[in-house]
Amino acid sequence: MTLWSIIIIASLGCLALKVSGYLVPPSFMEKPKPSRVANLLTVALLAALVATQTFGAGSEIVLDARVPAILLAAGLFALRVPFVLVIIAAAATAALLRLFF
Amino acid sequence: MARSAEETVAIRQAVSVGLAVSAYGISFGALGVTAGLDIWQTCVLSLLMFSGGSQFALIGVLASGGVAAGPAAIAGAVLLGSRNAIYAMRMGPIIGSGVFKRAAASHLTIDESTAVSTAQQSLRAQRVGFWWTGILIFLGWNLSTLVGAFVGDALGDVSAYGLDAAAAAAFLGLLWPRLKELQPVVVAVAAAVVAAVLTPMLPAGLPVLAAAVVAVIVGLTNWLGAKDPHTLAEEVSADTIVTEEEHP
Repeated sequence: MTLWSIIIIASLGCLALKVSGYLVPPSFMEKPKPSRVANLLTVALLAALVATQTFGAGSEIVLDARVPAILLAAGLFALRVPFVLVIIAAAATAALLRLFF
Repeated sequence: MARSAEETVAIRQAVSVGLAVSAYGISFGALGVTAGLDIWQTCVLSLLMFSGGSQFALIGVLASGGVAAGPAAIAGAVLLGSRNAIYAMRMGPIIGSGVFKRAAASHLTIDESTAVSTAQQSLRAQRVGFWWTGILIFLGWNLSTLVGAFVGDALGDVSAYGLDAAAAAAFLGLLWPRLKELQPVVVAVAAAVVAAVLTPMLPAGLPVLAAAVVAVIVGLTNWLGAKDPHTLAEEVSADTIVTEEEHP
């Protein structure tokens, strides 16, 4: 599998999902279950990605400069600091810690 | 035809949301290149996939597992895109008929366009909100992805600049507005633990997919859920209204 084919297949999959929603009769939306599963699916996948991006290093779990960076990011998001500023602050924290330790 | 006050409000919301979202296309562009994609591959993702969460997920899995993790990366991105299908069902009656119009609307159906649209009262304002938000973000997101990709390309070594931590923070930023009730918080914590515990045992990408099982189980049983569940689109639009009031 090449990088290009991964990109094209995943993109077409995402696009197909969007199109499929317009083909389904609106009455499907009356049921709360599909909405709830889709909503929680988003939460679970994002949370899992936070965990693997923070602690993962290949197939190992490590504690490094990313941990204090993500804790700072959580604090800043709680204070409603804009997205881009939080990302920059998290990157800077990890970079500075690596520079000094 | 003169614009009604309602339509003006919808446009103003579209512009403020559009500008804010476009800005973080820069971080996607930079992270895409540092994940191993070239500048054009990163840009094609923003053009063709056009769904922030799925795009970050794809490059996140590719960054840790490389091309070998391709199937898991695709599955993660598509699963994260499943909520767009729900948004599309909500938007269908608002967009109206016409094959070309619905096809164009499909591509622009994302968190933000649905949220701005469903926050409006009249049908006309809902349509104006959807198209303005969708088109503005499409232009801004793709432009900022290109800029970010060139920046990422120029930076070189990732970890020295803390871009790996930036990726984790980006996912946290997408997750944060969804953690307003007990049920999603419990799902988030459980999913994070499952993914972390399984990381040493499974190939890259699969721990993230395994964590999705938590969501399916809790979602189907509605464990810890509200007695009167509201729809996804209503939840998202409520978020936007709050944001609008707090950041005028």
